[in-house]
Amino acid sequence: MKKAFNTIFKVLLVIPVILFIYLPVAWLIISSISTRSELLSTPIHWIPQQPTFQNYINILTPGQDTSEVAKTFRITLWNSLLVASSVTVIALTLGSLASYALIRLRFPFRQSMLVGILGTRMIPEISLVIPLYLFATRFGLFNSPIILIITYLSFALPFAIWLMAAFFNTIPVELEDAARIDGCNRIETLFRIIMPISAPGLVSTGLFVFLTAWDEFFFALILTSTVSAKTVPVAIAEFTGRYVVDVGGMMTGGVLAAIPPVLLSLIFQRYIVSGLTAGAVKG
Amino acid sequence: MRRKFSLAQQDALIGFGLILPSLLIILGISLQPILSTLYLSVFESSRGINMERIFVGFGNYTALLSDSVFWVTIGRTLYFTLVSVGLELVLGLAIAQLIHSHPPGWQFLRTSLIIPWAVPTIVNGTMWRWIYNADYGALNGLLLQLGLIDKYIPWLTRPDMAMNLVILADIWHSVPFIALILQAALATLPTDLEEAAAVDGANALQRFLLIRLPLLRPAILVALVIRTVEAFRVFDIIYVITNGGPAFGTVTISYLTYLETFSFGNVGRGSALSFLISIFTLIMAFIYIRVLYRPEESQ
Repeated sequence: MKKAFNTIFKVLLVIPVILFIYLPVAWLIISSISTRSELLSTPIHWIPQQPTFQNYINILTPGQDTSEVAKTFRITLWNSLLVASSVTVIALTLGSLASYALIRLRFPFRQSMLVGILGTRMIPEISLVIPLYLFATRFGLFNSPIILIITYLSFALPFAIWLMAAFFNTIPVELEDAARIDGCNRIETLFRIIMPISAPGLVSTGLFVFLTAWDEFFFALILTSTVSAKTVPVAIAEFTGRYVVDVGGMMTGGVLAAIPPVLLSLIFQRYIVSGLTAGAVKG
Repeated sequence: MRRKFSLAQQDALIGFGLILPSLLIILGISLQPILSTLYLSVFESSRGINMERIFVGFGNYTALLSDSVFWVTIGRTLYFTLVSVGLELVLGLAIAQLIHSHPPGWQFLRTSLIIPWAVPTIVNGTMWRWIYNADYGALNGLLLQLGLIDKYIPWLTRPDMAMNLVILADIWHSVPFIALILQAALATLPTDLEEAAAVDGANALQRFLLIRLPLLRPAILVALVIRTVEAFRVFDIIYVITNGGPAFGTVTISYLTYLETFSFGNVGRGSALSFLISIFTLIMAFIYIRVLYRPEESQ
């Protein structure tokens, strides 16, 4: 009896949490498939009477009568993908090599470098952006995906080094010693032994870096101005800034921007949780 | 084959080689800009970002420290940080505990937590702004149908209300982060101590406060430090939900820096502000490193 009561009590706690998680998301999705007149009706149409995918069609397959905003949005999706993937590849490659050296090789200033790198991970973007803006305008990089890739490395690289360091720490040194005895040198050991067994760490780190870069807003807001480099978060923020707000389009943009990170996180759930516990973090 | 270097020297060379590219990038895009910011902050340049500068020493700093707007903004930022991180910690811990007690559907709950965490910050902000909308928003619609209000409320027109609603949106996004970290930590805790305490007659509350909480301390500290640093620099979500309004009522320290630099063109003042933020972050980073980085593990 007491056990049954206990279970009911817990379920009564689980339900509001589930509702709090899903209701806003449900409203986001419903708003994206509602017509303009239904969105602006009182009382609210919780379930749209004439659901429509027109907003999605406008963004994904723009025709002649598609609005400029919708056309732009598709290109910004591409920009985001380009920037986030490039940052991920660079940070993962350089970061894992640096991390391995910091964790496993002995050389002067090793400890202070590790601590220094951890420190730079915490620097807020606002503290860097003014000089980076001046640099970008001086060298003609303003409003180019390249300046975003460069500036995103300021958080992505220390982040990758830190996450991989936590991972390399868990690999037993004996494994490397065995490889050395078998005649592998450092570099061979790194690529033949360490990297293959580090695959889960690389996946987890790559995922976090990609999500953080996809999420980034501030640098993109300051350092881009047109569709040639603008990313998805900036495009979405612009929807709200317009005088006539296209709520349906805005919500559709939101859904499309959220799909890649949400899907990736759900598919790689295991890696996310292990990454979080390694002291990770995209907040 | 003759060895030119000893094994240790080889290691050192390879080590420097592997770390050099990363080190150069970090020096170039993190350290150099911080020093540049410090340099810019001792000049008066209020006519736009690329304009001429006049040396004023610590003038920008003394002006800031004697300006009430600065202190009001700091107070507001601290309010946001303490309230959001405090509530997130309590709720995150509660949800982690709930999951750990394995009620029906706990796996579904754990998976669901990933969704708000993964939704991009800007999308999160846009979604809540639409929910808070005065004329067509879901919050008004829901509360009216439940009979809790009798007419629509313009939520974002009062500064204190707007700030609290921004905090609610932040909670939706960040509670899952803390809950996920803490439930993972709970899953690794040894159970024998609590069992022994139960045998000795400790009640559930005592076991939680005296055994479980101290064991969770490292995980709680990690979550706290990371969230505090993030909350103190909050910008994105405020930009989208309130744009700093109403009447500058949700302007935080990062937002003020953004306004000074990129809207008002006070580059010197903006640089001084962002350097002050760096100093604060450095202090937090120091704590962070002390908490997270345990040298004995990396040997």
